[in-house]
Amino acid sequence: MTTLVLVETDESGAVEVSRETLTFARGLGDEVHAIVVGDGPAGLVEQLGAYGATVVLHADGDAFTAYSAAAWAAAVVSAAGDHSVVMAAGTPRGMEVVAHVACRLDATMAANVVSAERDGDGLLVARQVLGGSAMEDMRLDGSVALLTVAGHAVEAKPADAAATPEVRPLDVAVSDADLRTRVVRTEAGEPDESGQLTSARVVVGAGRGAGSADGFKDLLELTDLLDNASLGVSRVVTSLGWRPHHEQVGQTGSRVSPDLYVACGISGAIQHWTGMSSSKTILAINTDPDAPMVTKAHYAVIGDLHEIVPAINEELRRRANG
Amino acid sequence: MTNVLVCIKRVPDLGGEISLTADGRSVDDSGLGHTISAHEEAAVELAITVAKDTGGEATVLTLGSDDAVEQLRNALALGCTAAIRIDADASAQGPADVARAIADVVREREAGGTTYDLVLLGSDASDTGDFQVGIRLAYALDRPVVTAVSTVSVQDGTVVARGAAPDGGSEVYELPMPAVVTVMEGGVEPRYPSIPGRMKAKKVAIEEAAPGFGAAGSGRLRLRLPEPAPSQVTILGEGPQAAAAVVDLFEKLGVTR
Repeated sequence: MTTLVLVETDESGAVEVSRETLTFARGLGDEVHAIVVGDGPAGLVEQLGAYGATVVLHADGDAFTAYSAAAWAAAVVSAAGDHSVVMAAGTPRGMEVVAHVACRLDATMAANVVSAERDGDGLLVARQVLGGSAMEDMRLDGSVALLTVAGHAVEAKPADAAATPEVRPLDVAVSDADLRTRVVRTEAGEPDESGQLTSARVVVGAGRGAGSADGFKDLLELTDLLDNASLGVSRVVTSLGWRPHHEQVGQTGSRVSPDLYVACGISGAIQHWTGMSSSKTILAINTDPDAPMVTKAHYAVIGDLHEIVPAINEELRRRANG
Repeated sequence: MTNVLVCIKRVPDLGGEISLTADGRSVDDSGLGHTISAHEEAAVELAITVAKDTGGEATVLTLGSDDAVEQLRNALALGCTAAIRIDADASAQGPADVARAIADVVREREAGGTTYDLVLLGSDASDTGDFQVGIRLAYALDRPVVTAVSTVSVQDGTVVARGAAPDGGSEVYELPMPAVVTVMEGGVEPRYPSIPGRMKAKKVAIEEAAPGFGAAGSGRLRLRLPEPAPSQVTILGEGPQAAAAVVDLFEKLGVTR
């Protein structure tokens, strides 16, 4: 039995959530194969080997120059025959491709899985439901189990012993219908748009406590005073139109995992917690000492963020100039 | 003229703590209000906009018990002009069951002369989070599908959909109709119902359908609530006086410039 992992890449290699998924796959104890669709960056095969992939399946050619979920699914299906489990990271792409694969193989799919174990011929999985406020135990039966792994359910860790993967080109039959849903053009984001958010070392989070659209000045200054810091906000902030949607952290926004998350005026509703709970250190600034964010944080300061954040900024400037 | 079908699901409006039913299989929603997911609110908004812009009609559909009429009426108050309820216990259905039941309704209507050029859904329901009903529906109907886009329009008979690209930019799809598209919140601001809209919605007859097959189910064994971890918080202080302790922490973590 082998496990197949669909890997997403960027210019630096396999993206973090795909490396997490490879780590998760190794936990099942079976041999892990990776599948890469389209061009991969230099060094990718070695990196996948470091994460324990013994075989790298590669689908390449004109059908894959622009993303189409159906064409990617055709590639995964062409490789799926030998595998008892197929998984991808729980990204929009991962969700979409695995769901297409589920339709093509007439199989069950479990989204946002956080743990999995073999149970006879099937797979018992636990997955996040209800915006992360509950876990669902679910059984995947049938010849192939399909799942996506919730972001930051495990930490990406290379295997104890790196493998030297065998690279196997895939011969994929892509139909015209599969190409009806290709991306026809891409547009670069605003220079300011937070692709930075998910890679920031520090995320300064802000919630209802910011008070108004004008309440973010000190918080933005704090991000300027810290190393590689970005502003992230809770859903209520974007719903009220105080900040743009791309800054939203949570179940329906970005999932972040920075070294430090500074939660300012955020009560800690599960919707938000799901998006930042894997932060290495959490500092809460809140007027309510009983707010869930305060009781779940590592550190907290009790009080009004509009008094505390300027004082922190002042202290940072004082020490920088001292 | 584009006729749009938008599919929604009644879900509990989760605020703070939740509890489970005695059998551990569902959320005890007895004390909770109900809503639809934010993604579906965006889908309803787009359905109404596309229908208005093209001179077509927006029909709202749900699969659920009689209670779900509340969510259908809300969508009617916003500007949908017809509503269909597939009468079934939503908690007994897996995503493949729901897709099959919707596909049956679409085909039935088609046979009766009503076509839905565009079917919109949320990318996932906020309770089950399956991320697959739209795609399964597209396969059942043999239509092209794109998912998790934030805006949808129809231009010269082609569906133009725009969503977030993995690198932070955006990507654009163009699909021939009929098509299926799933929507993520963030691209449009859902409108509020008007008083005349609410009045009108009360008078619309809800059409009913029944699934013509037995549900296979979702594979759910049980739900579990995560144990709350004991609080380990270190209080650094109160008010602005705590600033020095906070900056000490920043320096210890090495996150200052």
